[in-house]
Amino acid sequence: MIEIKDLHKYFGDLHVLKGIDLNVQKGEVLSIIGASGSGKSTLLYCINGLEAIQKGEVLVDGVSVHAKDTDLNKLRTKMGMVFQQFNSFPHLTALENVALAPKIVKGKSKAEAKEIARAQLEHVGLGDKIDNYPSALSGGQQQRLAIARALAMEPEYMLFDEATSALDPELVGEVLDTMRLLAEEGMTMICVTHEMGFARDVSDRVAYFHQGIMEEIGPPKQIFGEPTSEHTAKFLANVR
Amino acid sequence: MNFEYTFHWRPVMRKLPDLLEASLVTLQVSVLSMIIGIVLGLVLALLRMNGPKPLAWIASAWVETARNTPALFQLFFFSFGLGAFGMHLTPYLIVLFGLTFNNAGYLAENFRGGFQAVPDTQLRAARSLGMSAWQSYTRIIIPQVFRIVYHPMTNQLVWAVLMSSLAMIVGFRELAGETQALAFKTFRIFEYFAVTALIYYAMVKIILGISRLIAWRMFRY
Repeated sequence: MIEIKDLHKYFGDLHVLKGIDLNVQKGEVLSIIGASGSGKSTLLYCINGLEAIQKGEVLVDGVSVHAKDTDLNKLRTKMGMVFQQFNSFPHLTALENVALAPKIVKGKSKAEAKEIARAQLEHVGLGDKIDNYPSALSGGQQQRLAIARALAMEPEYMLFDEATSALDPELVGEVLDTMRLLAEEGMTMICVTHEMGFARDVSDRVAYFHQGIMEEIGPPKQIFGEPTSEHTAKFLANVR
Repeated sequence: MNFEYTFHWRPVMRKLPDLLEASLVTLQVSVLSMIIGIVLGLVLALLRMNGPKPLAWIASAWVETARNTPALFQLFFFSFGLGAFGMHLTPYLIVLFGLTFNNAGYLAENFRGGFQAVPDTQLRAARSLGMSAWQSYTRIIIPQVFRIVYHPMTNQLVWAVLMSSLAMIVGFRELAGETQALAFKTFRIFEYFAVTALIYYAMVKIILGISRLIAWRMFRY
């Protein structure tokens, strides 16, 4: 379980997250929607400790992410992250991209790591691209590669930071399909997204962020059907 | 105009083995100064970017001096400069230190540009997979930096080979020093330096050829 308690985050004087309280249960798919600059992506970075926080607490399976004595590298292996800009490692082949972390972080043997990587690449439909470098892959394929790379660490949680925002429109579908597949397999997912269709169809809950505050959270039916906050209603009216 | 000089190539040709041997000395000292220079350049670049203030300042001073003063003066520093304080290095060490000082300074700037060209998000992606800072740098960031700085690095090696000819001024017998010694013994000065120039030319061409081969093998992406 991921527990977020009264989380505050500042960038200099800018108050980006203004007291977030949120729990995500095992197996749940949570979508976070909201305008740019509302703090949604920053929340993901705070959850896996890529950003420091100024107040509050984030607990992952009871372990405090920002406590001084927490082994963050170990904790991060529980949380896969997929970025807007793919971030495939350009100097490694698809197989090496996926096999590297299991090998050097988890200490798997070379053969084991390769086996895991092959399986995960198959999983996301890149079984025939194993020896390709990222430069020879489309944006959608690179993003699926990033998903496979995160999955190879056998994470219990997956964090998606606008995974489809940098893609050409015709490539969005293949990445969303892969995310759907994960959701069906029971992966716990937090997805910051602008894809309202995905948020509505796949999520168990949808949270709407507005200027650093979680305005409301609820089942997609309620958020999209009868939002209680006028900010949410306005936002949804605009994106439709 | 009275042109009475007759060329005598035979004395040079007789000493060709000596010249070729000296060219290996040139190569050895240049390559070694390059290897140490790469390590130091990397450290200087990282210190300038992320180091604590005093260390960053020292690194900057090093880079500024190496790039903005004559290479000859840098050699002089390690010979006469240290000599004035009673530290007398062997000619070999003077040349090695001088070249290394210069290489490290230039390479540091190349590396800094290289680090800036790799997006920050690569580091975040590596860390998000649980890699330590050390693993992220050695496995993800630095390999990419090396590709970016590879050709400038080759240029620096060529420059080191040519710059090493300054060594003759501090009495080191690499290719230029050897040539000078032999030339003034026989007074076939033009002939000697003409042949030596050709040897330098050939060395540089070979270095460039090999570096292209390595690049072709290494950078498949």
